[in-house]
Amino acid sequence: MPPTGMNRILWLVVKLAAALAMAATGYAIFFVAPDEQTMHAIQRIFYIHVASAWTAGVAFLVVALAGVLYLVKRQPRFDWLGVAAAETGVTFTSIVLITGPIWAKPIWGIWWTWDARLTLTFVLWLMYIAYLLLRSLVEDPQRRSVVCAVYGIFAFADVPLVYFSIQWWRTQHPQPVIGGGQGSGLDPTMWRVLLFTWAAVSLLFALMTRQRYRLEAARHETEVLRQELEDRKESPAAASRA
Amino acid sequence: MASQTEIVRVASAPASSAPLWRGAWAIFSKEVRTEFRTRELLTTTAVFALMVVFLFSFSFDPTREESRRFGPGLLWIAILFAGTLMLEPSFLREQANETLAALRLAPIQPCAILVGKTMANFLFLAITEALLLPAFAVFYDVRLWPELPGILLALALGTLGIVVPGTIFAAVTAHARMREMLLPLLLFPVLISVLIPGTEATVALLADPPEWPSLWLKLLAGADVIYLVAAYLLFDSVLEE
Amino acid sequence: MAGLGISFSDVEKRYGPVRALRPTTLDISPGEFVALLGPNGSGKTTLLRLASLLARPTSGAVRFRGPTGEQSQEAARGQLSLVAHATMLYDDLTAEENLQLFARLYGLHGSAAIVAERLAAAGLQERRHDLARTFSRGMRQRLTLARALLHGPGLLLLDEPTTGLDSAGCEWLAGELRRLHHAGCTILMSTHQGGEALSLATRTLWLEAGRVVRDVTPAFTPASPGAAN
Repeated sequence: MPPTGMNRILWLVVKLAAALAMAATGYAIFFVAPDEQTMHAIQRIFYIHVASAWTAGVAFLVVALAGVLYLVKRQPRFDWLGVAAAETGVTFTSIVLITGPIWAKPIWGIWWTWDARLTLTFVLWLMYIAYLLLRSLVEDPQRRSVVCAVYGIFAFADVPLVYFSIQWWRTQHPQPVIGGGQGSGLDPTMWRVLLFTWAAVSLLFALMTRQRYRLEAARHETEVLRQELEDRKESPAAASRA
Repeated sequence: MASQTEIVRVASAPASSAPLWRGAWAIFSKEVRTEFRTRELLTTTAVFALMVVFLFSFSFDPTREESRRFGPGLLWIAILFAGTLMLEPSFLREQANETLAALRLAPIQPCAILVGKTMANFLFLAITEALLLPAFAVFYDVRLWPELPGILLALALGTLGIVVPGTIFAAVTAHARMREMLLPLLLFPVLISVLIPGTEATVALLADPPEWPSLWLKLLAGADVIYLVAAYLLFDSVLEE
Repeated sequence: MAGLGISFSDVEKRYGPVRALRPTTLDISPGEFVALLGPNGSGKTTLLRLASLLARPTSGAVRFRGPTGEQSQEAARGQLSLVAHATMLYDDLTAEENLQLFARLYGLHGSAAIVAERLAAAGLQERRHDLARTFSRGMRQRLTLARALLHGPGLLLLDEPTTGLDSAGCEWLAGELRRLHHAGCTILMSTHQGGEALSLATRTLWLEAGRVVRDVTPAFTPASPGAAN
């Protein structure tokens, strides 16, 4: 159903805020953030790369939580939230996987390396692509919702295990690390720009997820109406008594 | 024919007080009995695993040193592939005569179905590995004997980590289209957390000198625990209508 | 012997947006034989699957009562049985093994004796060591019913049980149901064959588009012997 008055105003504000924030972020990344001493200009892609990675992580947490809520409460809106967050999560994960090589090639001359972060991101990407495939291949709507919730929860529970496996694997067999190791000394201004970028990207994430959620809600609504129409056709007297 | 309709009231325990193992054991026995009667799953899985190992050694033609480095990884991949193939029919064979409905009708916890089938899948995969290990040792010219306990422990923990998510995902995909391709797609990314520790543990054990891979074994055990807990909590929902 | 009574309070079942059963309130007393008639998609199968606890209602509650009062769903699960179109038998197990499996799942004490007795009653004792896949359609039907009656259920649910049966099979089934009914078992059966249902049932309901539309019990139906309790 279309949003109520208050809701519309709220989301209009969010949209404006997101637009402003993204513009401000663009400015900040290019003009506020200091030049990195070894990598110079290309390093600026790091802000989008890391902000997208964190956002994707949040997205997958939302998928898992939506799954839990669906299994407990059985309300379809949690299922819609799950698929919406999964799709935006995959989008941001793809951004990480694309910005990684763009960053790596000028610096190290290679497109890809199985470093810890990229590997983990790739595995996450695969997991949530599998989630979306599962969703498209199960036809019964109720089973689909249940099954996706289960897989979303399971996949998220697996993330720490995959993370540690990959981390320790990489300490055994080190490879060039794209983007410096974890916490490899960030200038305070850089931190501020990074956090600001993350805030802006998060607003974008919220907007995209909400759009997708509303699409799913509308689909459901259409199905319900279609059902009712068919019921009326079949037995008008019975339907009117229902 | 005598009437079979004298209704005899027999004592039967309600589901809540029925111990989990009663249903699980009955289902495990059924799975094992069926499999050993036809042996179709075990033979095809074992042959497939052997074929994978053979193809790898054929296409790489490794030196002794390379065998020691690549071998364990290829062994675990063969186990993963074979295991996934073997897991697919877990719930598909219940579809023939709607026997899954009969199991769900019975006064047992739904979880018992998961436990019974997981135990059966564990046994079948373990048998496949038992056949695979000697072939692996031969093809890759690796001496397994000295570190056998460690290797068996890693395999046991890893196999459990494969069959627990595998059985529940088999239930998840049982009603999906493209289910044969979908199960590997769901399982493989999740099982990175078994593939890496399993391989690294085996590499450490086969290294010169061998090293006890306590970290990797702990990670495998941790994965097993998390999977068991998650499966226990989630399985009921998967079977629901 | 006392049958199990079952009641639906405002029970609705949706599969996603599809409404398989509209909010339905229905009470079936112990010992009744209720037949469900109606076209495909009218909700008969859904009603039976809800009654058998295979499906969970989207809203509303399914309750059971026995001679001692209300029974929990867990207790009721061990006292009901469903016979659907599929045989629910394992083709790669023998007749005896099939029944033994279900005897164990139902926690029956002295299962070996019970299994032997049921096989004898079904006339299958000579074939008890044969795989279920070698059985003819009629024999499978007998084995299916043996499985369903193994634990002496007080509520028997049947979903179009005569589909695919020849006239001899239908007659045999009707005879079995008649005997069960006289012994006091509650029976809820859906069928598309009007004649058989009308002759056996104490109450007949017509369903359409997911709801019980009307009671079509013919006026001359004799009262159920068990319902007098």
